[in-house]
Amino acid sequence: MSEAHADLAPNGVKGPGPVSALRAAFGASVLRDRVSCGDAIVWVDGARSHDILGWLRDTPGQEFNYLTDVTAVEYRDPEHPLEVVYQLRSLPRKTDLRVKVPLDKSAALEVDSVWDLWKGADWLEREVYDMFGVRFRGHPDLRRILMWDTYAEGHPLRKDFPLRGHFTRAEQTRQALAANTEAHYSIEELSIAEAFDELPEDVRRRLARGERGQVK
Amino acid sequence: MGLTDPTPPPGPSEAELAGVSPNFLTTRLDALTNWGRANSLWPMPFGTACCAIEFMATAAGRFDLARFGMERMSFSPRQADVLICAGRLPFKLAPIIRRIWDQMPQPKWSISMGACASSGGIFDTYTMVQGIDTIIPVDVYVPGCPPRPEGLIYGIRLLQKKIMGETMADPTLRVEQMVDRSGFFLPPARVDELSEPFGNSVHQTRSA
Repeated sequence: MSEAHADLAPNGVKGPGPVSALRAAFGASVLRDRVSCGDAIVWVDGARSHDILGWLRDTPGQEFNYLTDVTAVEYRDPEHPLEVVYQLRSLPRKTDLRVKVPLDKSAALEVDSVWDLWKGADWLEREVYDMFGVRFRGHPDLRRILMWDTYAEGHPLRKDFPLRGHFTRAEQTRQALAANTEAHYSIEELSIAEAFDELPEDVRRRLARGERGQVK
Repeated sequence: MGLTDPTPPPGPSEAELAGVSPNFLTTRLDALTNWGRANSLWPMPFGTACCAIEFMATAAGRFDLARFGMERMSFSPRQADVLICAGRLPFKLAPIIRRIWDQMPQPKWSISMGACASSGGIFDTYTMVQGIDTIIPVDVYVPGCPPRPEGLIYGIRLLQKKIMGETMADPTLRVEQMVDRSGFFLPPARVDELSEPFGNSVHQTRSA
């Protein structure tokens, strides 16, 4: 790679950076890497992204145990793939790594959820789904988080989304006024609440403590 | 919404209007009730953004809103007289401000504080109500981004002046304007007209 190589262990941390180890473990699934403004960035293949992120979290010497953020970027160039960005932080090693997963816009925008690795990914991935329409396979509760459940205009941060939305102001106002202000719960949550008495005892105990399970 | 009236109340007929004319008794009663109402306005603060900071400054010691009879912030719409929308209103909050307005008992007034509440301001985007007058009726618009406390106090003084001019001989004053069956408060064409882009926004097309 060029002189701005992500393996040069940014932020003055001694020892080998994550990229050579990643390449040794995953080979061609690591697409490219670079350092931008002192931040190490590595592009990985979407098919292996879950393995790679899990490896980065669990391997001694990497220990990226904190998921700072999940977001996405769509570029103005229509040929350029949409990128899902994972911002990782290693709390013991005090270093950061940015992992990007390019998604071809001509295919379905899908990537594996990292909710099973970091529980904090739950709402972050919901926001990416809400704003960009990227579906996360294996997410327990993938629905809109910022826009309301019945929002029908699309995914606002996509480049083909007009600033003022697709509908007229009158239609937007009508839909907003027709919204049910009492609806705090999703359809899934309501169906769980209705079926509460029929649920097994251990599930009821877990729900009473506020735990959520896999929603089919 | 639960409070939606399927049949909007009919306005006063010509005969009704002709039958009510101000006389000595009603004007004296008007003067008394209006004096009482104008000088004991309890605000329902609906603060969503930076205007709410200026609103708090207005209510605090230096500007002291209590001087104008706003002795107490009424955080329940049931005991409120004037709704002050301080800040931008996203579509997600539109049904909520509508619900709060419907819950406030008559007589009630509203102040739209700041550019965003009055017109959407700089937020000519997919999330923002372009002026709260597409959702609720507004009595006084206070310009500014955000308005200084003096500006808000001037708006409140204007509202008091407006209240002093009200008369019980006008049967249309206290008529509730409900959201109609289609979910509209105003006719769609009127909403579009009020939401027209202005300033720099007119140079943007809907597809841009």
